[in-house]
Amino acid sequence: MSAFSAIEEDREIERDEFTPGIEPQATWCPGCGDFGVLKALKQAMPEVGRNPDEVALFTGIGCSGKLNSYFESYGFHTIHGRSLPVARAAKLANPEIEVIAAGGDGDGYGIGGNHTIHTARENHDMTYIVFNNEIFGLTKGQTSPTSPKGHKSKTQPHGSAKSPIRPLSQQLNAGATYVARTAAVNPNQAKEIIAEAIEHDGFAHIDFLTQCPTWNKDAKHYVPYTDVQQSDEFEFDVTDRAEAAEMMRKTEERLYEGEVLTGRMYVDDSRPSYGQEKRSIGEMPEEPLAERYFDEDAEWERTYDNLLQHHK
Amino acid sequence: MTDNELIWRIAGGSGDGIDSTSQNFAKALMRSGLHVFTHRHYPSRIRGGHTYVEVRAKDEDVQSRGDGYNFLLALGDSFARNPQDEAYYGKEELKPLYENFDDLREGGVLLYDEGLLDEEDIEEIELEEAAAENGWHVVPMDLRGIAKEHGREIMRNTAGIGATAAILDIGTEEFEKLIEQNMAGDMQEANLAVLEDAYEAASELDVDHDIEVPEGSHDQEQVLLSGSNAISYGALDEGCRFISGYPMTPWTDVFTIMSQHLPEFGGISEQVEDEIAAASLALGASHMGVKAMSGSSGGGFALMSEPLGLAEMTETPVVLVEAMRAGPSTGMPTKPEQADLEHVLYTSQGDSARVVFAPANISECYTQTRAAFRIAYEYQIPAIVIYDQKIQGELRNLPASHFDEEPNADAGSVLTEDEIQDAAHHASGKFQRFLHEPEDGSNVSPRSVPGQKDGRYLATGNEHNPSGHISEDPDNRIAQMERRLNKLDDIRADLDENTSHQTYYGPENAENGVLVWGSQQDTVFEAVDRLNDNGHSVKALGVSDMAPYPVDEVSEWLESVDQALVVEMNATAQFRGLTQKEIGKYGDKMSSLLKYNGNPFEPAEIVDGFESSINGEDLAATNMTYLPTAGD
Repeated sequence: MSAFSAIEEDREIERDEFTPGIEPQATWCPGCGDFGVLKALKQAMPEVGRNPDEVALFTGIGCSGKLNSYFESYGFHTIHGRSLPVARAAKLANPEIEVIAAGGDGDGYGIGGNHTIHTARENHDMTYIVFNNEIFGLTKGQTSPTSPKGHKSKTQPHGSAKSPIRPLSQQLNAGATYVARTAAVNPNQAKEIIAEAIEHDGFAHIDFLTQCPTWNKDAKHYVPYTDVQQSDEFEFDVTDRAEAAEMMRKTEERLYEGEVLTGRMYVDDSRPSYGQEKRSIGEMPEEPLAERYFDEDAEWERTYDNLLQHHK
Repeated sequence: MTDNELIWRIAGGSGDGIDSTSQNFAKALMRSGLHVFTHRHYPSRIRGGHTYVEVRAKDEDVQSRGDGYNFLLALGDSFARNPQDEAYYGKEELKPLYENFDDLREGGVLLYDEGLLDEEDIEEIELEEAAAENGWHVVPMDLRGIAKEHGREIMRNTAGIGATAAILDIGTEEFEKLIEQNMAGDMQEANLAVLEDAYEAASELDVDHDIEVPEGSHDQEQVLLSGSNAISYGALDEGCRFISGYPMTPWTDVFTIMSQHLPEFGGISEQVEDEIAAASLALGASHMGVKAMSGSSGGGFALMSEPLGLAEMTETPVVLVEAMRAGPSTGMPTKPEQADLEHVLYTSQGDSARVVFAPANISECYTQTRAAFRIAYEYQIPAIVIYDQKIQGELRNLPASHFDEEPNADAGSVLTEDEIQDAAHHASGKFQRFLHEPEDGSNVSPRSVPGQKDGRYLATGNEHNPSGHISEDPDNRIAQMERRLNKLDDIRADLDENTSHQTYYGPENAENGVLVWGSQQDTVFEAVDRLNDNGHSVKALGVSDMAPYPVDEVSEWLESVDQALVVEMNATAQFRGLTQKEIGKYGDKMSSLLKYNGNPFEPAEIVDGFESSINGEDLAATNMTYLPTAGD
C-alpha cells in the first residue's frame, strides 16, 4: 500500500480546491499578467485529474515566485533561478507526483539559464511555466533577458545593446519535447496548453507572456494575438522539428515587431522521458524511491554484506 | 625515525599504474599480517607528471605516514612529453627518480628501471654521488625489458613488485593471489610471468641492505579502504539513496563510489550541470522524503552556498561533504590543505545554522558520516562532513567488524498520514509545518511529504509563518529564528550524550598539549608518543565537532594544560580562531604550528615544531610556520 494516499485517490477534482482556504492578499499589481497564469493553472488541474495533495509546485524568485502563495498544493518557493534542479530531483524521488515548476524570464532565461537548458536536455517529465513579461518587475523595472534590443531602464540608461534571448528556439535545441507560447490575455488557450503540457510525458516548456502594467506594458500590448494553430497564415507541422524551428524563429522575431503569435510550437511524443531512460538502464528503482522510506518491511542493504569483500 | 618498519615508495608518471600497484602492495602486506597505511602524492594531470605513493607497514597499528621512506621503486615517467629535452619544469622522465632523493633515508634501497631511464641521464642527476653520501643501495634493473618480454610495457610495475619482493625477501605468494583475483586470461598469465622473472632476476643480484620487514599477524579479519570508501559506506548504511554532484578533485572519489553502488542499492545518482544544481537536487529529493547527499571541493562548494542557506531556512535535511584541497581559487587541485573550515562554517547569507563534522581518519569517516545523516534528518538541518585530499585517498587497514553495523534508514522527523490527520492545521487547511513551539517541546517541527493527504504546506527561503506562508511579522521572525538556532543547542546536548567525536590521546595529566582537527590528528598522535619518549610531558586532543562546537570538552582540556600547540594545514590558523571565538579564553595558551606547502605533516615535523616552540627556536628553515599566542 502506498504511503501517499492522495496519489491513489480517484475522484472528481474541483477547480476551487486549488484556491487556498484563506486566500492571502495578492502582492501582484492590478492588471498583472500573473493572475492569468494562476487562473489558467487552476482551470487545468481538474482536466488533468490531479488533486492538491499530489501536486508539487516549485517556484523561483520574483513576482512569479509568489504563485505558490495563491495556488493550493504542496509548494517549494526555492531560490532565484533554481526551481528546476529542485523540481527534477523531486520527480526522480517520487515519479507519481505531478511536478510543476514556474519562474520569470530573469529566473529561467537569465540566472537559471543553465538549469533551463539541462532540464530540457534531460527531458524530465514535468511542466515548466516561464512568466515572460520582458522585464525585471519586482526589482523595479530593469532590462531582462527577453527585453527588446534598445530597451531603456535605470540599469541600461542608453538602451540595451543586447538582442533578446530566443526562449522557444533555445528550448527546442536543448531537447524539450513540448514547447508552446501562450499569453495571459488568452486564458482559454493558456488553460488548454497547460493541461496538455502536464499530460505530456516529458519536459514541457511554456513561455507565458505576462504583461507588467507597472513597468512596461498593459494587457493591450499583447492584443491582438494570433493562435498559430487557428491561423491560415501559419501552416506547419508541430511534430516536425525543422518546421517547428522555423515557426519559433518567426514567433520570436515578430513579438518585437508588435505581432503576438501564440500556440503549440513543438510536440514530440516519441522520446522517452528521463525517468524512463534511467529506469531502462537500471539506474532508477521501478517503485518510487520515496515510498521505500515509509515501508516498514523494506529491507535495507548493508555495506558490510555487499561491499566489504572487495577490501579484504 | 622508527625502527622495524618498511616505508616503500613507488614513483612514476601518472598513468604508469602507480596507484593500483601500491594498493595491491599494501593489500598483500595487510594479508600477510602487517598493518599498513598509504600516502599519495600526484599531479593534476591525466597522463605524465611525477606521482608517488608510499606504503608504510609495521607489525602494530600504523596511524600516519612516516618520516621519509626506506625503499624507492623508481619507474620513471613513461608518459613524459619530452623525455629527451630539458623542459620548463625539469626533465620529466627522470623526476620520479631525482625528486625523491630528499626523503630517502640513509641506508635505503633505490631500485630504478634502467629500461626506461638511460645511463647518461642518470649520470647527469649525480645519483652515484648522492648514493655514496647517504649509503643508499642502488639497484638498476631492466624492468621494462622483463615486462615487454611477457606482455606490455605497463607491466613494469608488476616487475617492480617482483623485484621488491626478492630484495626484501617477502615472497610473492600474496601478490600472485592478487593477480589471480584481479585479472584473467592472458593478462593474468603475463603478469604472473613478469612477477616471477623479476623476482628471479632480483634474487640473483643479492642486494645487501639493512631493511627488515617485520612479521605480524591480525587477531581479526582486516579490510583496506580509503576515507572516500568509508564516507560512502557510512552514507549507504544510513539509508542514503540519492546523490547529485559535479566532478571536482578530490570530492569526485565519493561521488564515484556512490554512483557505482547506488543502482544496486536501489538508489539514484545524478551527475548534473553544476554544483548549484547538485545541492539543489539533493534538497529536492530530501523534500520528498528521501535521504540525500551532495558534495564538492572548495570551488564547487562555494556554488552550493545559496542552496545550503535554503536548506537551513526551509529546514530541509541534507548531508553535504566537502573535500578540501589547497586554495585559494583553483589552488593546488591534488594537494591537501585544511583551509576551507571558515568557508564551510560561514558561507551563505544570514546567521548560519548547520552541523559540521571533521572526521580525522578512515574509521571516523564512517561513524561521523552516519552521525551527520542521523542528526540532519532528526533535526531537519544541513550537516556537512569536511575532510581533505589526504584522508580521501589514503588507505589504511581496519578490522572488518568496524563496519558490522545495522543500517538505519529512518528519515527522521517525518509524519505518517495518520499522524498528519491529528496534527495542527491552519484554518486555511494548510498543515502547520513550522510551529513556533512544536508539540513535543523540542525545537523540531515534524514535516510532511508531498503526496501525503492533507499535508500541504509551503517551503520557502523567505521568512515564514507556521504554515509556511511568507511573513515579515517581527514576533514570528523572532520565534522562528530562535527555534531554528536553538536546534544547535539540542544537537550539542544530543552529541554529548553519545560517544564523543573528540579523541583524547596521551597521558591524562600531561603538562602540555597539542590540539588538532581533521586529517592531521593521527600524525599528531604518533608525534606525541615520540615527544613523551623524548622526555616531554604531552597529550593531544583531536576535535571533530566543528559545529556545534564542543565548548565544554575543549575548555576542560585546555584548562588542564599549560600550553597548547594547535596543529593545522593552513596559513591563518582557522581552527584556533574558531576555538578562541567559541570558548572566548585561553588565547594566551594557544600557539599554532602551520603548514600549507601542499604536503601533510610528517610526525617528525610535529616533534620539531613542538620542541622549537617550547625552546623559542626559529622554524624559518622548515616547511612550517609558527604563530605565537594571541597578543604576543
